[in-house]
Amino acid sequence: MAQDKPKNPEKHSTFIPKEKKSTKPFHDTPMLDQLESGPWPSFVTGLKRLAHNNNMMVDLMGQLEHSYKTRLGYWKGGTVSVFGYGGGIIPRFSEVAEMFPESKEFHTLRVQPPAGNHYTTNMLRQLSKSWEKYGSGLIAFHGQTGNIMFIGTTTENTQHFFDEINEYGFDLGGAGPCVRTAMSCVGSARCEQSNCNEQKIHRTLVNNFIDDMHRPALPYKFKFKVSGCPNDCMNSIQRSDFAVIGTWRDDMQVDQKEVKAFIKSKGRKYVIDNVISRCPTNALSLSDDDTLNVDNRNCVRCMHCINVMTKALAPGKDKGVSILIGGKRTLKIGDTFGTVIVPFMKLETDEDYEKIKEIASNTIDFWAENGLEHERCGEMIERIGLVNFLEGIGIEVDPHMISSPRTSSYARMDDWDQEAEKWRQRKQQAAG
Amino acid sequence: MAEAQAAKKQPPRPPIESGCPDGFQYMHPLMIKNYGNWKYHDRPRPGVLHHVAHSGDEIWTVRVGTQRQLGPYEINLLCDIIDKYGEGYVRFTIRSNMEIMVSSWEKVEPLIQALNDAGYPVGGTGNSVTMISHTQGWLHCDIPGTDASGVVKALMDELYEEFIHEDMPNRVHITTSCCQINCGGQGDIAINIQHTKPPKINHDLVANVCERPSVVARCPVAAIRPAMVNGKPSLEVDEKKCICCGACFPPCPPMQINDPEHSKLAIWVGGKNSNARSKPMFHKLVAAGIPNNPPRWPEVATIVKKILRVYKRDAKDWERVGDWVERIGWPRFFELTELPFTKFHIDNWRGSRNSLNASTHIRF
Ligand code: SF4
Ligand code: SF4
Repeated sequence: MAQDKPKNPEKHSTFIPKEKKSTKPFHDTPMLDQLESGPWPSFVTGLKRLAHNNNMMVDLMGQLEHSYKTRLGYWKGGTVSVFGYGGGIIPRFSEVAEMFPESKEFHTLRVQPPAGNHYTTNMLRQLSKSWEKYGSGLIAFHGQTGNIMFIGTTTENTQHFFDEINEYGFDLGGAGPCVRTAMSCVGSARCEQSNCNEQKIHRTLVNNFIDDMHRPALPYKFKFKVSGCPNDCMNSIQRSDFAVIGTWRDDMQVDQKEVKAFIKSKGRKYVIDNVISRCPTNALSLSDDDTLNVDNRNCVRCMHCINVMTKALAPGKDKGVSILIGGKRTLKIGDTFGTVIVPFMKLETDEDYEKIKEIASNTIDFWAENGLEHERCGEMIERIGLVNFLEGIGIEVDPHMISSPRTSSYARMDDWDQEAEKWRQRKQQAAG
Repeated sequence: MAEAQAAKKQPPRPPIESGCPDGFQYMHPLMIKNYGNWKYHDRPRPGVLHHVAHSGDEIWTVRVGTQRQLGPYEINLLCDIIDKYGEGYVRFTIRSNMEIMVSSWEKVEPLIQALNDAGYPVGGTGNSVTMISHTQGWLHCDIPGTDASGVVKALMDELYEEFIHEDMPNRVHITTSCCQINCGGQGDIAINIQHTKPPKINHDLVANVCERPSVVARCPVAAIRPAMVNGKPSLEVDEKKCICCGACFPPCPPMQINDPEHSKLAIWVGGKNSNARSKPMFHKLVAAGIPNNPPRWPEVATIVKKILRVYKRDAKDWERVGDWVERIGWPRFFELTELPFTKFHIDNWRGSRNSLNASTHIRF
């Protein structure tokens, strides 16, 4: 069906214009051509459409085909920036420019999308028009860090394009050792599982460090990601230095009528096999009368039962966030997950937001001072130990930060009594 | 003359440091109205989400697969459809799917029809194989061992039916990465470059192009040392120590790690970002030595499809690939997928003993 002849070939992902406006003849692209068939929309057909319009894309396709043939990449970096900023542009100069001169400069601008990646069609068209004017026309929605990637332009046009879109509200993201563009899930805008205002957290955090984004001077990159619940649609625990994840601390909301309706439609066995017995902490049980009991003190807010029974179950009402610091991929010490630094905090009042800003800036300041060159925050924590990091950012130890206490006895514990006393005092204060 | 020109030149325009734009200005009005007040959702058909607010308002979302790299033609084509059949509002998921929001169920089918007529698949929701998240590759990256868009296009052609239907045990997130930095991130199935030979060094260029101490510091196994080669200051790699990770290549392009023959692909499974049921997991190596074979990487597709077939047959509802393997155990995974188990599957990096079996928990 996807392979059927399109009803209206002029308005179809396979459309190729008849008129060729670019002056340069096309390169032969036998390998890329093979990626035009098949049901998934083809980026190669897209590149060809652009190559009908501009010579830069004619040569870009030539270089890409050359990469396919030789199985090597041919771009190198450099320095390109817009006036006033030190980052945000990914410079690309071709190493095979003598063969493909029109795409010898093919820089990318990383631009921050609106929080939650919301657009009107008008705004998409406007961005596309600006980029057609100053660049190749090719836009990636979005890069892995979360930027809109405007791919392919000359050094001179990076400035013109930036000036134009900056006037209507868009700003560059980060590149290099700096705070990077952040990401947040759709969250409160459309998801009942959300526990926080992702839009506000995202913009509060990243826009507070705009200077650290535009003028790279940190040990390495620093990423914020915001997910509204522990399903963590933004992959923040593994992919960000500072993960903010919505959660709740009171009882989950259970609508027993809907529980019964769910059991009626799916069967009791389905519910036992797919909900009750799948709770990681055995916090669920089903009574003989088909009411659901939740051991809320032992529910770890994993979201599974809520994901399955979307109508019957919902997060509680006392909502807030957990913060995990230090996630990243392999380079250089191996993968690290983020670690719980703040098990729970409310994010409602202005003071709450001030507090999260403060935690973030304490973290960045401490890491900027103590991180080695090219060392991510999580790697620094691994090198110096969590306790030193906590002392550096002024946060007290908490058993939610660990999955188990130490197993090795090789540690000095001479001031045990003072530390135990601190704990007692904190407990007393918390009690009121 | 020069002065006159300088005087004519406009002063550079200072940037407006506006940062991340406010999403509300582009948000569907029903999403603004019911912000933070949604009650539940269901999926009336694959590719469609239906959310109901406490106010009683309802919104339908149609999820569309795209090629991620879009030009003016595609953008206008899709926007024309969204304006005519939708309501002018759209957002993108983390995996580059477009989501088009409408306020009535009646609009959903015509919108899907129009998208399909234009050659765009609707799907990627719930327990489907959704769009593969990908990186830049040969199209635009400075260090890629392979292409990204091409691998994704080739695989999504093969997984088209899995995208438009929801018949996997749970959602499947596939990722690709063109170097071992793994920008594609964790995936239920991850397809990543794996280099197998040490960098080839162009000693004539090292001194000029590379900051040698930082290159030395970048190597995870301390295999690089400064050296004089042919009378020029350069760098030397202890090839016995080198793990061929490619970490030295970005800061020092004359240390070419990519090789048309020896840069292979590896497949990793069981990565999971969500906290649902089990804690988040990293993906684990299951296959390597796969040829980097453009334009359609058939050897990769064969293994990915095999893993998906076995997972679909053997996993329980709601089990992600990682959950499933934890339940059945790795020996069974290798048995069912008929993938060879080798010494390379056994980790020897720091902390690796945690990945060894320190029990008599053995399945027969
Ligand atoms: S959210 Fe997770 S931990 Fe909590 S009751 Fe449900 S399944 Fe159990
Ligand atoms: S490839 Fe990796 S291990 Fe080998 S020298 Fe370079 S950084 Fe070191």
